[in-house]
Formats: sequence, C-alpha cells, structure tokens
Amino acid sequence: MIKDGILVQSMGFNKYLPIGHPKTTIEFISRWNVDEIIVLDISDKKKDISLTNGLLKLISKNCFVPIAVGGGIQTIEHAKSLISSGADKIVLNTHAFKENSLVTQISDQFGSQCVVGSIDAKIVAPEKYRAFIENGKIDTKMNVTDWAKKLQILGAGEIFLNSIDRDGSKLGYDLKLIERVKKEIDIPLIACGGVGKFSDFSDAVLISNADACAAGNIFHFVEHSTILAKANMFARGINVRLDNRASYINRSFDSDGRLLMLEGQKLKETILKRGSLDIL
Amino acid sequence: MSVSNICIVDYGMGNIGSITNAFEILGHSVDVSSDREVISSAHGLILPGVGAFPKAMNNLRDLQILDVIKDFAIEQEKPVLGICLGMQLLATSSEENGHHLGLGLIPGQVKKIPGNELPVPQVGWNDINLRHDSSIFEGILDNTDFYFVHSYYFSCERKFVSSTTNYGMDLTASIECKNVFGVQFHPERSHRYGLKVLENFHKLCSV
Repeated sequence: MIKDGILVQSMGFNKYLPIGHPKTTIEFISRWNVDEIIVLDISDKKKDISLTNGLLKLISKNCFVPIAVGGGIQTIEHAKSLISSGADKIVLNTHAFKENSLVTQISDQFGSQCVVGSIDAKIVAPEKYRAFIENGKIDTKMNVTDWAKKLQILGAGEIFLNSIDRDGSKLGYDLKLIERVKKEIDIPLIACGGVGKFSDFSDAVLISNADACAAGNIFHFVEHSTILAKANMFARGINVRLDNRASYINRSFDSDGRLLMLEGQKLKETILKRGSLDIL
Repeated sequence: MSVSNICIVDYGMGNIGSITNAFEILGHSVDVSSDREVISSAHGLILPGVGAFPKAMNNLRDLQILDVIKDFAIEQEKPVLGICLGMQLLATSSEENGHHLGLGLIPGQVKKIPGNELPVPQVGWNDINLRHDSSIFEGILDNTDFYFVHSYYFSCERKFVSSTTNYGMDLTASIECKNVFGVQFHPERSHRYGLKVLENFHKLCSV
C-alpha cells in the first residue's frame, strides 16, 4: 500500500506506519517467489495521486510477475494509462460501487481477467459482514456476499476480499468470511487481512477454499518471507510454485510456521558452495 | 556492424513495455516498430499480444505488414516468437468472435478453452510438460511454472506442440515449427524461467 509516495504498513485501516520506497519492496518480493503483487494507492485522493504513471513505471521495471494496481480509479482513461505504465490488472473498490458501469467498461475493453473487484468487509453484527468503501470509512449497507456476486456479474475476473477487522491484527484470516463468499461465486477469490504467522496462509486454502492468499505486513519484516510462506503451504500439501534456489523444501517448521533451525551435526554436513550468477 | 537486434512488432496491442524491460535486464537492446524495413532487417521478430484475435489481424492488415512478417518467416527463415495472442496469430484461423484467418505460419486452429468446470480465462501460474526438445526451453526443467492469461488455445498436430499445460485438459503451452516459435504463457511475467525463455530466443537470433 502506498500512501503519499511511501510504502506503508496498515492496521485496522486507520493506522499507517512507513516502510520505505515501494521499489525496494517490490524488487525483493519479486525475487522471493511471490506470484503476483497488488499495489494500492491509499493516499487522500483530494490532495494527490501517489501512484503516478512515473512511479508505476519505475516499480514495475524490475518486476517480472503480474502486478495489479488500484486505489481511487474512477475512469477508464485512468485504467488505460496505468495499463500502459505496467499494470496487468486493475483493482476497483469504491468506484465500482459508486458507478457499476466502470467495472463493465474496463472488463469489456481489456478482458475480465484485467479487473479485480476489491471488497473491504466489516462485521456489523454477529455473522453479518457488510462492504465498506472509501478506505473503510463508508458503509454501503450491502451484504458482502451480495456485492461479490454482483461484481462477478458486472465483469470482474477475481475478487480480492479484505477483512477490515483483521487488518494488522495478526490473528489470522477471517476464515468464516472467506468461506462464505467463496461458496457464492465462480471466479477466483483472493483472501487478505490478518496474517500473523506463516501457517495462516494454508488455513485460508485448506479450510476456506481460497484460491489465493494475500498479505502485506508479514512480508516486510522477515528474510525470504514469501518463500517461507509458500514452503509452509507446500509442506501442508498445497500445490504452490517454488522454484527459487532457497526453497526450504526439505526443512521443517514449528506449528506457527516458523523455520526450525538445523541441528549442529546437519550444519557440519552442509557444504557451502559459491552461488552462481543469477539475473533475478 | 553486427548487432543481433530483435524487433518487437508494435501493432497497438500488447504489453510491449514489459517485454522491453525483460530484454533490458537481460542486457540486450531491442527495436520496437511497425516499419516494414525495420521488421524485415531484424535478426528475430517477436509478436506480442494482449486482446482479441480479430482486432489484432485487422491492426496488422491496416499497418500493411502481414506480408513482411510472412516473408520474414517463410522466405528469410529468421526466428519468430509469438507471445500469448501473438502465438495464436501464427495459426491458420481462429474461432474467436467469428471465423478469422491468421498468419498461417504454423497449421492449426485457435479454439475456446472448454474449462470443464474451471473458470475461463485461465489466469495464473501453471506448470508445463515438455513434449519435444526445444531450444527455447534449454536449461528449463519439466514441470516449471509459467504465467498464463488466456481464454483461447492453439489446437494443432502433436508434432508442432513443444509443451502442454493442464487446465481442465491438456492445452498447448508452446509450439514450434523450424524457425517459428510460439508461447501461450507470458515469459515477461514468468519471472526467472520466463526470462530464460527470452534469453534462449535471443541466442537463436544471434547465430
């Protein structure tokens, strides 16, 4: 998430801590086996658009995985310019709700695979989730599942489902929410919000049937973070792409998904070789 | 001056920026053009492509470069690589939005992916199964993942299929016929091994 030009960490949709320049994060995440990257501009749109075409060109320059871009997109022209600056997909949230035809327009012109319908969900009563827009500030009064179904009909190719309550909480994904929405749609569902440990990712897939797992905060603070996340999933039988040299495939993890250290004897046996030249 | 420059054909459809970025990080300069001379004199051609078949063929027709591309492949026998929609354009014809003729450089028909309960388009990473030895897959192991985004696939005789991917059924992931190559996936979005495919193609063009 980019706010005022800086990559930020988010908590509960109202507290933001700076991480640094987005270019750095995207470069190392891209090297560490991430499958796709989502860049969201959460700046106050009345003041300035942080994610300019120039910034997007810069950050997508060394990113050789698909990149989805969103944050205040309200016109097809804006979508077009982001696509020519490097975006593979457009993420729509607030303005998809305010102007349904925007979803269809972009989907018709660029294909449904180019449109990600993003939903920020909040619990308003026990077992009741509603969709919020404007960075979680305004209640649409619409049930999350109904809105997801509508987005699919309007032309979205994927649903990005974020839990406002879990955001930054480290309590894990809201599995009930994910399961509920997944049951009602035919397009892929990306789960987001709440990851605290590497073992959380597998739960979204194995328990709630999510097609993809997204996270922000956890990836910024641990070496090889995205690789560790996937190694955990692989260990639990999930089919993930792992082709990095440091795949951790033969390593063990604790119940939280943290890497277990090698025993002394094992370390003695490990031969350290000079790494080869690698482009990425 | 012997510079092995590849030309990326610019016909208004395709994420050309991502492809040039890929070659840049590999350390190679490329031309991006729709000019007949530039295309004809290049050492290799890349046909990018994002969008629909009929529009792509119309754009190529309007730019009056259909014959130059065919000549490049058939008469000059220089390497051509079609990416995604670009690969589909190499076909005899496509059923996308009607019946449309393609470049006809590799015999085959472009058909809609049936899906068989899986959502169409296929969007995401999938592993490929290598079927024939192919120079563009040198140094790449069987079952390597690449990034796919497509609703249609290239249906042709087995001898032209260099790799397949499974999505509801085995779909053609790449094709090859002498100097003409096509990949259904996006190498410029397939990270390390995608870049390797592009590097391998570049090597072919440098001979």
